[in-house]
Amino acid sequence: MTPLAELDDLNVRFGRGTDATHAVRGVSLHVMPGEVVCLLGESGSGKSVSMRALMRLLPPQTAITGGVRVEGQDVTRMSGKALRNLRGGQAAMVFQEPMTALDPVYTIGQQIGESVQRHLGVGRSAARARALEVLELVRVPDAARRLDAYPHQLSGGLRQRVVIAMALACRPKLLLADEPTTALDATVQIQILVLLRALQRELGMGMVIVTHDLGVAAEVADRVAVMYAGQIVEQGSVRDVLNAPQHPYTRGLLASVVRQGGAEIQAIPGAPPDLRRPPPGCAFAPRCPWAIEPCHAAIPEERLVGPGRTARCIRVGEQLAA
Amino acid sequence: MSTALDLRDDRGGPAQPMLIADNLRKHFPIAGGGAVRAVDGVSFTVAKGETLGVVGESGCGKSTLARLLLHLIVPDAGELVFDGEAVGDPGGIDLMDLRRQAQMVFQDSASSLNPRMPVRDSVAFGPLVLGRSRRQAAAEADETLRRVGLDPVQFGPRYPHELSGGQKQRVNIARALALQPRLVILDEAVSALDKSVEAQVLNLLATLKRQLGLTYVFISHDLAVVQHVSDRVLVMYLGCVAESGPAADVFATPLHPYTRALLASRLSMNPDRRVEQAPIGGDPPSPANPPSGCRFRTRCPHAEDVCAAAVPAPPNWIGHQAACHMLHPGSGHSAAPAAAGAPG
Repeated sequence: MTPLAELDDLNVRFGRGTDATHAVRGVSLHVMPGEVVCLLGESGSGKSVSMRALMRLLPPQTAITGGVRVEGQDVTRMSGKALRNLRGGQAAMVFQEPMTALDPVYTIGQQIGESVQRHLGVGRSAARARALEVLELVRVPDAARRLDAYPHQLSGGLRQRVVIAMALACRPKLLLADEPTTALDATVQIQILVLLRALQRELGMGMVIVTHDLGVAAEVADRVAVMYAGQIVEQGSVRDVLNAPQHPYTRGLLASVVRQGGAEIQAIPGAPPDLRRPPPGCAFAPRCPWAIEPCHAAIPEERLVGPGRTARCIRVGEQLAA
Repeated sequence: MSTALDLRDDRGGPAQPMLIADNLRKHFPIAGGGAVRAVDGVSFTVAKGETLGVVGESGCGKSTLARLLLHLIVPDAGELVFDGEAVGDPGGIDLMDLRRQAQMVFQDSASSLNPRMPVRDSVAFGPLVLGRSRRQAAAEADETLRRVGLDPVQFGPRYPHELSGGQKQRVNIARALALQPRLVILDEAVSALDKSVEAQVLNLLATLKRQLGLTYVFISHDLAVVQHVSDRVLVMYLGCVAESGPAADVFATPLHPYTRALLASRLSMNPDRRVEQAPIGGDPPSPANPPSGCRFRTRCPHAEDVCAAAVPAPPNWIGHQAACHMLHPGSGHSAAPAAAGAPG
């Protein structure tokens, strides 16, 4: 089966000369149809940039190398019509901040209808009917009335449902979501996650979710790719990665989850490297309690540590004391 | 810098709460009539040396509450007592004095630092204003920077844009501590940080509290963090206190349906035990137009007529209590205990 989406040794550099930031450093990832993949990482780890590369949403002067394919088509060579067809048609995106993702001067119905008219080539009334359909699909209460509402008239949770409805309006095969619940309240976040999971199953979409939150990954992901300093350091099924992390960074991340009782949290010391001057070796080595000399010398290759499971660490497989 | 609580400042003695808030109220008028009822009758006490966690969703009034506590905004009604002295009262504590003894750390570490001021000067600013010499203020700033884990030689001359988010927040903590406060109000102080950095800053805050005998009011939307740091917890919903009590009790046996929903909304962290159904629907309503009676009733699975008709009694200062008709004997709710004298 061909993957729905594929990144092949993706490299992304912003800026020029000595100040160029090497934001993504050799990311390879595939998403199968109907699969939910979580890109998990902290700010600056390259997770959003990798996802944007899939839709070719990075600024034109960005230096990108490597393969980007959606449904077997080379996204890097797409132009004009193919690109418009990709964005919002084959693949659609849900952003973090629902208020800025919506246009404040158009009604909900107009905004959803616009993309339907463009992509499906239907008239205004058919587009409006489709808008109503997707609003009901995302469980917006009283959907018919909301069609004529403006974004500011909706609560944060409803706005995010509208953004999701808009993304689903043209029946994409791939849904990309960048921190879709980070701006939402706790009681609303869980509603949206449960909804995304249900929709993904009902519609059989492939989904990529970018998140910094292990909890979000645990709730929705089939597979997790943990990113650090522009690289995927560990990849595997969500169960394997969360229950038996292999890479020291993943282990540190899981250990630094706040626990009850006020005891000292096992924080990872230090901070991620400056990607204008990434270290020659493993990017995590300066913070890693198990780092040995070779770790600092060369970037570790991705090692296969189980079926569908990789880790970029030369010491995986050794017994490392916690 | 003194390492223990400065005894000259401890005016009320150990039994006097650091802070008493009694029925605080702040409404912000809206052009064209009405008001946002941001804080609507909030009472609590903070004992010396304890951490009070304030938790709630957006619009619940927790940031307005933080600003009220430092008198950065003036309450419409209610009383605030800092270590036995009234705040905002001609006979009470001087505001300059209050703001030396009580300091605040904000969520956005970048916008709360002056971008054109080196870190050392930012931290030295408070002591300078309080009359220290330039040299002494700089020395105190260096000492405070060291305390928060930043080498003053390396970081002192830097500007905020040269720091990471975690480092900036350490500078903000240093700036708050430079005045040797006794109470620190942390308003979503770790919310914007990455998880690994958040853990570092939480550990730092715990160490500082121990070393300096500080009292914290820790405001956050993150239940796990609040549970981790708090001795007592105040759960807020739409400007009112829904529940308050010792942190261990509130998290182990939540009384208010809202607290229960909040706790049930936590992500499982376990792919085999995913949350199957969201515990409650909808969003919090607007504080400009809160529901009558109990403010949670529009989302509460147990709401009855009485919940719309009467406002439940707010939690008292002590013990573990919740503002819910189901807990108050004789309230008229079908789940309320019988009115036979049992305390509510």
